[in-house]
Amino acid sequence: MTDKSVSLPEERKGGSFIKNNLRNYGMLLSLLAIMLFFQVVTDGTLLQPLNLTNLVLQNSYIVIMALGMLLVIVTGHIDLSVGSVAGFIGAVAAVLMVRYHIDFPLAVVACLIVGAAIGAAQGYWVAFFGIPSFIVTLAGMLVFKGLALAVLQGQSVGPFPPTFQKLSSGFIAEVFPDIGTLHPTSLLIGTTLALALVYTSAKGRAREQSHGIEVEPYALFLAKSVALAGVVLYFTYLIASYRGFPNVLVIMAALIALYGFVTRRTVIGRQIYAVGGNAKAAKLSGIKTERLTFFTFVNMGVLAALAGLVFAARLNTATPKAGTGFELDVIAACFIGGASAYGGVGRVGGAVVGAMIMGVMNNGMSIMGVGIDYQQVIKGLVLLGAVCFDVYNQRR
Amino acid sequence: MLEMRGVSKSFAGVRALRDVNFTVNAGEIHALVGENGAGKSTLMKVLSGVYPAGSYEGTIVFDDEERRFRDINNSEALGIIIIHQELALIPLMSIAENIFLSHPPSRLGVIDRETVYRRTGELLAQVGLRESPDTLITDLGVGKQQLVEIAKALSKKVRLLILDEPTASLNEADSAALLDRLVTFREQGIASILISHKLNEVAKVADRITVLRDGRTVDTIDCRTEKVEEDRIIRSMVDRDLAHRFPERQAKIGDPVLVVEDWSVHHPLHPERQVIKNVDFQVRAGEVVGIAGLMGAGRTEFAMSLFGRAWGYNIAGRTKLDGREVHLSSVPAAIDAGLAYVTEDRKQFGLILADDIRKNITLASLDQVASHGVIDDIGELKAASDYRNRMRIRSQDVYQEAGQLSGGNQQKVVLSKWLMTGPKVLILDEPTRGIDVGAKYEIYTIINELAEAGKGVVVISSEMAELLGICDRICVMNDGAFVGEFAGKDATQEKIMRAIMRNERIARSVGQARRVGELQS
Repeated sequence: MTDKSVSLPEERKGGSFIKNNLRNYGMLLSLLAIMLFFQVVTDGTLLQPLNLTNLVLQNSYIVIMALGMLLVIVTGHIDLSVGSVAGFIGAVAAVLMVRYHIDFPLAVVACLIVGAAIGAAQGYWVAFFGIPSFIVTLAGMLVFKGLALAVLQGQSVGPFPPTFQKLSSGFIAEVFPDIGTLHPTSLLIGTTLALALVYTSAKGRAREQSHGIEVEPYALFLAKSVALAGVVLYFTYLIASYRGFPNVLVIMAALIALYGFVTRRTVIGRQIYAVGGNAKAAKLSGIKTERLTFFTFVNMGVLAALAGLVFAARLNTATPKAGTGFELDVIAACFIGGASAYGGVGRVGGAVVGAMIMGVMNNGMSIMGVGIDYQQVIKGLVLLGAVCFDVYNQRR
Repeated sequence: MLEMRGVSKSFAGVRALRDVNFTVNAGEIHALVGENGAGKSTLMKVLSGVYPAGSYEGTIVFDDEERRFRDINNSEALGIIIIHQELALIPLMSIAENIFLSHPPSRLGVIDRETVYRRTGELLAQVGLRESPDTLITDLGVGKQQLVEIAKALSKKVRLLILDEPTASLNEADSAALLDRLVTFREQGIASILISHKLNEVAKVADRITVLRDGRTVDTIDCRTEKVEEDRIIRSMVDRDLAHRFPERQAKIGDPVLVVEDWSVHHPLHPERQVIKNVDFQVRAGEVVGIAGLMGAGRTEFAMSLFGRAWGYNIAGRTKLDGREVHLSSVPAAIDAGLAYVTEDRKQFGLILADDIRKNITLASLDQVASHGVIDDIGELKAASDYRNRMRIRSQDVYQEAGQLSGGNQQKVVLSKWLMTGPKVLILDEPTRGIDVGAKYEIYTIINELAEAGKGVVVISSEMAELLGICDRICVMNDGAFVGEFAGKDATQEKIMRAIMRNERIARSVGQARRVGELQS
């Protein structure tokens, strides 16, 4: 139990640390490279405050669903129904709020509960009956697409009450007077966040170091922290110079932080990865594998419902077509982000970056005027390329 | 017939083979032995062309001609056929389809089913397997599957058959049958290279034995002119004197920790079949109890049904731990009660190969290193490092992937995982399968330490020498019941085999003879 026991041979330190973490840095670097590329070819349109805000709004529901999908994929399953479920929940929300005039908080809670029930209904067959998730959720995809059509009776329903619209189109309340075009509350929150991030990572590093654990070299840590803080601050500045943080960004950030923590640091997170890594070994180690699989589907259902609400609020109407094809973007985001199709491998950060890569490409190509046809082609090739890169890395 | 001269091969700077010389004469059985990582498999991959000419140094001469194999097809064309440890059969295809998978006799691309069927029948007769060519592979036991692989090799006009650990997962009877085949082939002029950890069988059939250590040939023994001594082989394999293959221990046996009464288990897929037949069993504190038996005797089924009903259907009986009746209704309940089960197949059921050592060790006892469901990463690291040191797991650090470790170190990781749960009774199922001699000794030492710490240890093993070497008491299981029990010092291989055979005869005369092939479902 001495500190010596956990220290490492000298030659593994330094440069090899970067090599061992190539995948994680590589992901971020490719996102930055893609952003830079579009920033240049769109003559700076990409990072204009208005466009950046739109980028967040446009991709929020994909990111939210990617968090749940990541857990599903990590357990070795897939959920093809999320797009239909999101559309269906949007329809239910519209009917509750527009037709029956039910209060917005009550309707939201009801929708999330319906989402959980949908996830439970699908997860039940997958987890306890061992029916392949591909089949169960393919069925779910058809069922909920059809139900959305039935609930809406084939028509678009809207508009939503203004309070509900605020979920997607609202911005956090401003408590201070504006400084020119800047929103001080958002600036304050962004700055605090940047400082908090640097502080916690420095504290974590010091704590690990005091126990003799290998930490990244100081120069690298410093560079990373400065870059991270810089990116957060710059992003904050851009957003604050439009209308401040959108409400949905706050929801998204909170969820990312929560799921990041759950996957990395909690018992349940560790157990989910164990189920995906080797379900039989996990089961014989006393892990309730069926229950965990069931849970990941329930969780997916809730997040799909939330995404459906966000999307409906953004469009301000529920249409029978809503949610079509979302599942593909969500699944692609997870795989671009380094999740393994065999289960057991994948990170929340990766899925988020994967979703942002897809989002930036969509947005950038649209600004450039690339047609929807070639956009699809390019996105497909990027997905294939990212997964090939992963496989190549593992063979090395 | 075959001569490999000065073969060297490196992987990313690590020398796997150094100047190895290896010859095989026509019609001989040549055994290749060595610890895991000694270079046996690498040498055979060079020979079979898996590593193509140019990726190694040295020459291969076969039939007096230098050969430069580009891939495995080149070597197969000359009749050099390798059968890997992991069998390459397709489970849901028939024996005939598997044997003629790559080159089925056909006319205009349409498979000639009659010829396939007839030739399969001939080949099966040659290897002594009495099964219909239409039988699916999945319906055969491992021993028979091994014979199908050999029949497949015969279909390719084999001249040099390479078998990588063919008996690792076979029981003694099946192993003996397989080795008999090799002897028959020798008479027909087919040479074999036999890679094996089981020195007794090597000594029985081999004409010559070559020992590899650290990628070098260290010894070649001609069994026809010299007497083969296992100790000599072991010494050259490990380069250290293992006069005693089993560590000494003074048994201090206390009260019964685990008592099982009237235990009965049915097959989950065939509920009418009783796999474990109302058996009684007990382990005392500080005692090492062995369970001997043939494959399919029900040993693993018994152990797994005890371990929180992880296997079986309609399980009945009573279990007492430390004199108190307990209901081990689920795996978590069994772990909480103080039971641990180390599976016979550590890769499939024991480890998460893609995860690191640390995560594997703490997997069954995360609650110990977490509070309110949040893992204390430093506490976890310390616990894992502690076990890594105590169990002498050889790795760079606890962050190394379990899949990269050798068999012995993997087994130590699994043992660490179970020790961390603080068990009172450990059931070890084939704890040294596929592990080299040096690591086996270490596992035995760990077993002794566990017994000395007052734990009850149950060892299930198909290697009788091992049970005789480490157990205080040996129970013999056959056909789902205990048919004999011996004190460790009184037991001999003959006595154990006799107990099994007597029971087999009785069972057969009653008309109950059934070979239970399937293990875990």
